[in-house]
Amino acid sequence: MKAAPFQYHDPTSIDEAIDLLGKLENAKVLAGGQSLMAMLNMRYAQPDHVVDINRIADLSYIREANGALVIGAMTRQRDLEFSDLVRRTCPILHEAIQHVGHRQTRNRGTVGGSLCHLDPSAELAAMAALHNATLTVAGPKGSRELAFKEFALGFMTPALEVDEILTAIRIEFWPKGHGYGFLEFARRHGDFAVASAGALITLDAKGLIDRASLVIGGVGSVPTRVESAEQILLGTQPTQAVFEEAARACKSIEALDDIHAPASYRLHLAETLARRALAKALLSLRSDGEQ
Amino acid sequence: MDSRDIVVTVNGIRHEATVKTRVTLADFLRHQLELTGTHLGCEHGVCGACTVLVDGRTARSCLMLAVQAHGHEIRTVEGIAPNAKELHPLQTAFQKHHGLQCGFCTPGMLTTLIEFLHDNPDPTEAEVRIAISGNLCRCTGYQGIVDAALDAAKTMRNST
Repeated sequence: MKAAPFQYHDPTSIDEAIDLLGKLENAKVLAGGQSLMAMLNMRYAQPDHVVDINRIADLSYIREANGALVIGAMTRQRDLEFSDLVRRTCPILHEAIQHVGHRQTRNRGTVGGSLCHLDPSAELAAMAALHNATLTVAGPKGSRELAFKEFALGFMTPALEVDEILTAIRIEFWPKGHGYGFLEFARRHGDFAVASAGALITLDAKGLIDRASLVIGGVGSVPTRVESAEQILLGTQPTQAVFEEAARACKSIEALDDIHAPASYRLHLAETLARRALAKALLSLRSDGEQ
Repeated sequence: MDSRDIVVTVNGIRHEATVKTRVTLADFLRHQLELTGTHLGCEHGVCGACTVLVDGRTARSCLMLAVQAHGHEIRTVEGIAPNAKELHPLQTAFQKHHGLQCGFCTPGMLTTLIEFLHDNPDPTEAEVRIAISGNLCRCTGYQGIVDAALDAAKTMRNST
């Protein structure tokens, strides 16, 4: 249960880090370490080089810019949890972050680390999918931006070259007072979720759903936006029957099947959680309206 | 093997040391500084026994490299009591409410609760249970620990 020997590097700038990653063979980026350190200890990962990006300044911030939330990749999950800006502008993110591990792991764990590790059940990845967040990636040729949909290539596989680092994530605000609901099912609080669901909705003046986003985490190989369910919701009255129909569409996800849960069970959870997340989103809309 | 010189403050004492870069903070505290109060259960961030405070924030010391503690302030279970004769109110409450049996999880429980009660001096029972949800205890069934945390919170509120 000790890491295999490696060469340690702690660059103080993004350029230095990218330069190191381009030169070194078999290198791993160490962010908050809440997944990588465990993998090193258990020798699931045996890199020859560890590039620790904790000493790079300016990668930790939460800002509002042009109607969006911009979060630095090295922002600790705890800072997101306690951010008034996040709570005010993106309440579902505030809710979801509390399901990420435990206080001790959120103190160290980073937003960028979680997105790059890309565990299918990661709440932050689900939130990025739900908002189709824009990710900024720095490499030797400068910075590029890509949507989360393009970033999440497959099971724990982000679209990053070996000499690239994620530097920021941008989440567009939903209109003030939008409905939101997040739910997950885990064996114990803070465990990896077997399945999770997040929903965002807005209603038009007639009370019909005019915008909807629904994500299922922990079921597919990456957190999945269920566009067929969103299509069902659009233009309808938000009723239990519509939510049930939309939730059924979540069964189209190609589900993981492993020791923690068979695919059929994950799909059952996806449907149930989707239905409840939508109902919760509607409820939050109504309780907001009453204020 | 790759090693580095670090300067780290542990329980108020400044230490200069040379560490192998692959060594975790937990192993550094236990083997090099001989502060064996920090316990290692799972060594992959699940059990919470190795929790310490890094600049006042809890962290699992098995998921941090010793070299990453360079320039930071660490507080372990050995640094909780105000002096050699007195216990911290949390420690007194753990004793009073049978918050421990074998004691393996205790250092992690105490450090976790110190941060928690600092941020939330008047918690509900449910909040205490969530706060310690990342710390496994196989003896007590948690009831004594929860009672101790609530009682210590009261004592600490009254003393300030």
